[in-house]
Amino acid sequence: MKPETTQFRVKAAATLDNKTVLQSLEHVYTGFHEGRLTAAADTPNWEELRTKGKAIKDHTIAHLDYYLGLLADNVEKNGGHVFFAEDAAEAREHVVKLAHDRNVKTVIKSKSMVSEEMALADALIDAGIEAVETDLGEYIIQLAGETPYHLIAPAIHKSREDVAALLDDDFKNGDPVPGADELTMLARAKLRAVFERADMSVTGVNFAVAESGSIALVTNEGNGRMSTSVPRIHVAVMGMEKIVPSIQDLSTMLRILIRSATGQRITSYITMVNGPRKPDEEEGPEEFHLVIMNNGRDKLLADPQMRESLNCIRCGACLNACPVYRKVGGHAYGWVYPGPIGSVVSPVMTGLKDAHDLPNASSLCGACHEVCPVKINIPRMLLELRWRAAEGKSDSRERASSVKERMLWKSWRIGMMGRRRFDLGARISRWLLRPMSKRGWIKKAPPPLSGWTTTRDFPLAASKSLKQRLADRKKPGGTNRDRP
Amino acid sequence: MPEDPSTQPRPEHVTLFATCMVDQLAPGVGESTVEVLEYLGLEVDFLDDQTCCAQPAFNSGFRSEALPVARRFVELFEKVEGPIVVPSGSCAAMVRNYYRDLFRDDPDLVERARRVGDRLYEFTEFIDRFFGNDAITGRVNDTATYHKCCHLIRELGVDGPPLELLENVDGLEMRPLERADVCCGFGGAFSVKMADISSAILDEKLDNIEAAGVNTVIAADTGCIYQMQGGLRRRGSDVQVVHIAEILAKSISGPAQTGTRAR
Repeated sequence: MKPETTQFRVKAAATLDNKTVLQSLEHVYTGFHEGRLTAAADTPNWEELRTKGKAIKDHTIAHLDYYLGLLADNVEKNGGHVFFAEDAAEAREHVVKLAHDRNVKTVIKSKSMVSEEMALADALIDAGIEAVETDLGEYIIQLAGETPYHLIAPAIHKSREDVAALLDDDFKNGDPVPGADELTMLARAKLRAVFERADMSVTGVNFAVAESGSIALVTNEGNGRMSTSVPRIHVAVMGMEKIVPSIQDLSTMLRILIRSATGQRITSYITMVNGPRKPDEEEGPEEFHLVIMNNGRDKLLADPQMRESLNCIRCGACLNACPVYRKVGGHAYGWVYPGPIGSVVSPVMTGLKDAHDLPNASSLCGACHEVCPVKINIPRMLLELRWRAAEGKSDSRERASSVKERMLWKSWRIGMMGRRRFDLGARISRWLLRPMSKRGWIKKAPPPLSGWTTTRDFPLAASKSLKQRLADRKKPGGTNRDRP
Repeated sequence: MPEDPSTQPRPEHVTLFATCMVDQLAPGVGESTVEVLEYLGLEVDFLDDQTCCAQPAFNSGFRSEALPVARRFVELFEKVEGPIVVPSGSCAAMVRNYYRDLFRDDPDLVERARRVGDRLYEFTEFIDRFFGNDAITGRVNDTATYHKCCHLIRELGVDGPPLELLENVDGLEMRPLERADVCCGFGGAFSVKMADISSAILDEKLDNIEAAGVNTVIAADTGCIYQMQGGLRRRGSDVQVVHIAEILAKSISGPAQTGTRAR
């Protein structure tokens, strides 16, 4: 997927004006976020599990080369094939070639963010192969010709009416809108036929288990299970960080992933795949391929300040908790990964220069850090990226700040380096803004404060600083009580 | 982990770090902080040379501008002994949690900053830790709600103490605030740089405030207070947003409370 991170402000503004989408985005809070809170409260050792999850991921990422080697060996021992792809293009070409070489006519896809990085469905279609998304949300998005809006709820921004218009060819504006069940059955009927004729599936990987060479898929619709059992070829695509050492580790990770994602204790389906059908087995695919993709993850790995972001298990909890995501929506972030985690990984994976608005689009409220199942300190990394974008210290090409901005902060520093300058600065601001003020508040301030006063009154500096007032207080009979 | 205040040796002297915003925009909050601390029997010192903790520049990414200002803060406050009290969770978090990132190329400075940070407390955290949340028993007749400032709860882990302090104020009817722990949208420079997003987040907060049906909103960080008050004023609302130090100071200033010092 081609990054469009430069469009953040434009796309964010569009969402801010779209009441229907904002209403839909409420569900990520009332549904997922509050569900997560309940699930966490109902899990007695919840904090312990998070700590354990973080330790597992820290360890795995620190020894990633070892575990990737072990995984590849074990997948091959199980009869599968492993392909390491340097970037999205290489991964895409590999899968398209696989399909082409094996005379594949129809590919069914189950949900995978990595395949979004690869823009795989479009590439298959361009190669003359039918490629259909089978996760309901992804299917809706594919019909709409869009990209996912959320890590686990790709079509969260679509209203029931939108969905009806996409799924039901006879639906016209103004018709009574069918219920969710009815719409789901409609999609099911359409997808069932595709499942039956599919000769290849592409799935994602929630976790790959190094010691056994298995992959785990977490779904609620059963499409993952259908995808991994019906077609003759199964291709699983994963980012190279989606790995855990052992089955025991997998059990910890599944517990925190599922609760953090949907608030469920367990999803309807957890599918484990241990390679292709064995000679003595009756069902399952004849071929199993695992595509392990880098696509810029090595940049995160090589960057001690950003490496922790590879711990992400893509649960989406940070999106649901984020007040910014809930106002700007998923498309504003301009690449595959939206929300707080997207603001951290996209700039490194696709280039900070174009994506510098992303780390700045945060109030640093810390809700993302608070909910993260593996305790990724996202605010810290946002600050790191702000620094790189503002000053370009580690790489001058990354610098995205304007001369005006740099001058502003230089003057700020000069003003803060001495008490007399600090007081003088406050006096000058008061003197400048006072003519525009009424009873200590300003309705319309000049830049750089004009953004503030479009929606909020701004306070005038006080007539006396605290230092002066405390000095007055010490004078005999001095009191400042009842002064504004 | 909150410790039992009765086992904590109570300080007799504290140094106030006002924060730049309180110093120049809201000195009343600073005075209220002093009044409450004095009510607790503390001698409060104010270092006249203080300016800012450097958070605004740091959060905007301008670390080379933030660094000398932060170093100046450390040099100033390492000269005094005893607890340092800050009426802001956000500025306290800057010193305690982020100086180590800002100073990371200078391990000596990191260590000096840690020693200052170890005895630097946010205002309500300080009262709760050394005096207990029942140390202030005053009276204010008002109907209010409490907004949980992000850095206070998430960076410092101070969640309960402010509300407990408020529950001990006679006559103060505290009403629940829906989504009290969701950000008000301030975020420092974010409120100006991405004003439209900041305002959209604020709108949700103000809707919840208006639904709470109160006269007063209490918060513990001046930035959040101006964000909410500025927005309420623009809406034409009469609801006042005040700092928790102001309410507590008011509660102990009435005639009935004269001479009822904690010790």
